[in-house]
Amino acid sequence: MSIDLSQFHQVFFEESYEGLDVMESALLNLQPDNVDSETINEIFRAAHSIKGGSGTFGFNDVASFTHVVETLLDEIRSGSRQITLEIVDLFLKSVDCIRRMIQQHDAGEPCEIPEAAEIQQTFEAILSKGQASDTSEVDPSDALSESGESDSSASSGWKIYFKPELDVMRTGNDPLRMFRELESLGPLTVTADISQLPPINSIDPEACYLAWTLLLEADVDKSTVEEVFEWVVDESELTIEPLSSGDSADKVDSHDEQPDIAEQAPPEQQEQRVAPVSPASNSSPAVSPAASSKEPTKPSSVEPKDKSKVEVSSIRVGIDKVDDLINMVGELVITQSMLGELGLDFSMDSLPRLLEGIEQLSQNTRELQESVMRIRMLPISFTFSRFPRLVHDLSRSMGKKIELKMLGEQTELDKTVMERIGDPLVHLVRNSLDHGIETPEQRVKSGKPETGTITLNAFHQGGNIVIQIIDDGAGLNKTRILEKAKQNGLVADGDALADDQIHDLIFRPGFSTADQISDISGRGVGMDVVRRNINELNGSVEVESVEGEGSTFTIRLPLTLAILDGQLIRVGKHIYILPLISIVESIQSFQRMLHRVVGGCDLLRLRDEYVPIIRLSSIFNIKPDGNEMEDGLLVVVEGDNMKVAILIDDLEAQQQVVIKSLEENYKKVEGVSGATILGDGTVSLILDISGLIKLSGVQRYEYKTVSNGDDCAA
Amino acid sequence: MAIILAVDDSASMRQMVSFTLKGAGHQVVEAADGQQALEKAKETQVDLVLSDVNMPVMDGLTLVKELRALPNYKFTPILMLTTESTGDKKMEGKQAGATGWLVKPFNPDQLLATIKKVLG
Repeated sequence: MSIDLSQFHQVFFEESYEGLDVMESALLNLQPDNVDSETINEIFRAAHSIKGGSGTFGFNDVASFTHVVETLLDEIRSGSRQITLEIVDLFLKSVDCIRRMIQQHDAGEPCEIPEAAEIQQTFEAILSKGQASDTSEVDPSDALSESGESDSSASSGWKIYFKPELDVMRTGNDPLRMFRELESLGPLTVTADISQLPPINSIDPEACYLAWTLLLEADVDKSTVEEVFEWVVDESELTIEPLSSGDSADKVDSHDEQPDIAEQAPPEQQEQRVAPVSPASNSSPAVSPAASSKEPTKPSSVEPKDKSKVEVSSIRVGIDKVDDLINMVGELVITQSMLGELGLDFSMDSLPRLLEGIEQLSQNTRELQESVMRIRMLPISFTFSRFPRLVHDLSRSMGKKIELKMLGEQTELDKTVMERIGDPLVHLVRNSLDHGIETPEQRVKSGKPETGTITLNAFHQGGNIVIQIIDDGAGLNKTRILEKAKQNGLVADGDALADDQIHDLIFRPGFSTADQISDISGRGVGMDVVRRNINELNGSVEVESVEGEGSTFTIRLPLTLAILDGQLIRVGKHIYILPLISIVESIQSFQRMLHRVVGGCDLLRLRDEYVPIIRLSSIFNIKPDGNEMEDGLLVVVEGDNMKVAILIDDLEAQQQVVIKSLEENYKKVEGVSGATILGDGTVSLILDISGLIKLSGVQRYEYKTVSNGDDCAA
Repeated sequence: MAIILAVDDSASMRQMVSFTLKGAGHQVVEAADGQQALEKAKETQVDLVLSDVNMPVMDGLTLVKELRALPNYKFTPILMLTTESTGDKKMEGKQAGATGWLVKPFNPDQLLATIKKVLG
């Protein structure tokens, strides 16, 4: 029987990645001076599973690498070796290394990890340095060695004396089973020795008082015979001698005792007795687990994956979510059958029931939609989990002391959003480490504890997920930001800016305050890219900071990319959709609030700031209801970190809309992020605020705040 | 054909074992740790237990002891899946009441050969 093991590879890869994550986070939690045995056990188990699986599925490089890791872990587990920071670091390195090996196998690439050998040697060096107890490997064939030298000379048969321990039955080892196995090798004569049977009143029915002499007439190796007794040899008297001419079946006492043996078998076992096995005729070789375990299993040839094949990404969903979904579908089916019946025989009398049915249908739809959404949702811990390691490594390399706190790890968000927010988050955390948290000396000088804290916090807030990166470091230096901004021409001399506007400058393209290009920042990815990535997800990012006390970066993201809370707006005959999240307010426009800038655009004076006005009608070249400003409404929206007022004819309903990609179905259109189908079947465009701002060109102008009440560091 | 309880915290190993055994016509009950296995064993009387040693919640050795304490599993064959590096576990396993062992890594053929040995 040959089974293609490659069908299990994907599951193995996935569980290995999970195991590696478990190892990593447990290693990061290890306090070398206070080793928690459960943590060590957890790490050991994960390594052990990866080793076992990789051996089974033929990834021998992974298996042999993991083996040394496991051996050292075993020593730590048994208390024969102290764990040190260096060892923890080495384990972390090896986790990385195993992960890369698995990734290469996963991608079907040839495995080439140069440092693997080096790490493995380091492990071996540690292992060979005293201190450790004897961890010599137990050769699985040792179990057999008691039965003397395994001579493999075949003979015409074997004479076997077998006296098991009294408790042999209690380990589920039924001698009868072994005899049947012997019988499958050739004709077998069994003689029982009943001399040890106690008087009937003191017999323990579960004990085995018998011994046997067996004559096996089969031309097999001794090792084949030994294998039959493999599991009981240590607790039994067993001799196996070549059959001499003196031993013949007729010399053995009558076979009458055999029924006795049968009676010894506990009744439970007798039920599943099969007729004695006829000599094995099938050609499957009897494989000795002991002997073959040393032969590496042949890797099933891993075919490099066809690059053109579309990667199917999978998602693991909790069974409860699936059950919910099935429930909903059940409800939906009930509603459908009810409506179906109504439809068959409809009269106006049943109108109330129809309305009720439609009400029920809309509720089913809503619930079903929510359930389906939830299927794509994963706890943000999937993204957060990489940070303990990142912070650990970076803080060590920078000589800073940093504690990472993570809150709200179970907060769920859409898988795609999660995948795309990972890099911006990493960038923000690195930034906090690099520019935010000071060195221990500086911190002590400014009267802070020498260990800085970075907190990752996630929570839901009104249909969005909010992720905060909070540090108690130096905060943003307004003076330096302003200097830089002036150098780079982002701000003109003499501009008065409020604090939050200054802070916001760090998100502008071409801005960087890193004095030297360190390993951590200055990688060409600036805060502007972070903001752009987040905006592309229909999200926003802001920073609040108090100099000397720290900064808080707040990211707001929609829970899903598939559905948008939209505000329907009308211009002329056309309905457009604005993302609700981007709307600040809507106002009736009055002449006194409007200002015209020569050579520029119209401005709306909104309390103490000027907001440029964008006319959708001129951008999309459509005819509005009226040509005068006062005829319409102004919707103030925020995008690209500036406010703009969009002139429209009327506000329509607010509703959730399903986002369809315009790019996939048509082509990319500037100012439009997607499209949806409204209830009446018409297609409506979803507007992209930052695209509109670009199209209208309003961002070329600097709009000052009207008030100058803010103190501005210049 | 027999009902076999396959216990392993590694999903890929469970799948492989289960697939192999089902292919040979056996019924398979799966469990991811000793605790689960014990519950399943109480629910369904199985003919053979195959258990990993290192598992969360309840390890394989404890599982063997717990099973042997149940009247219905006094004599049921229980095989431990061990690795070479845990050779001493074989003895511990035997003392706990395990019938025998199968050394990891094993391939489907070795698994079936061992199963055959136990079930006759």
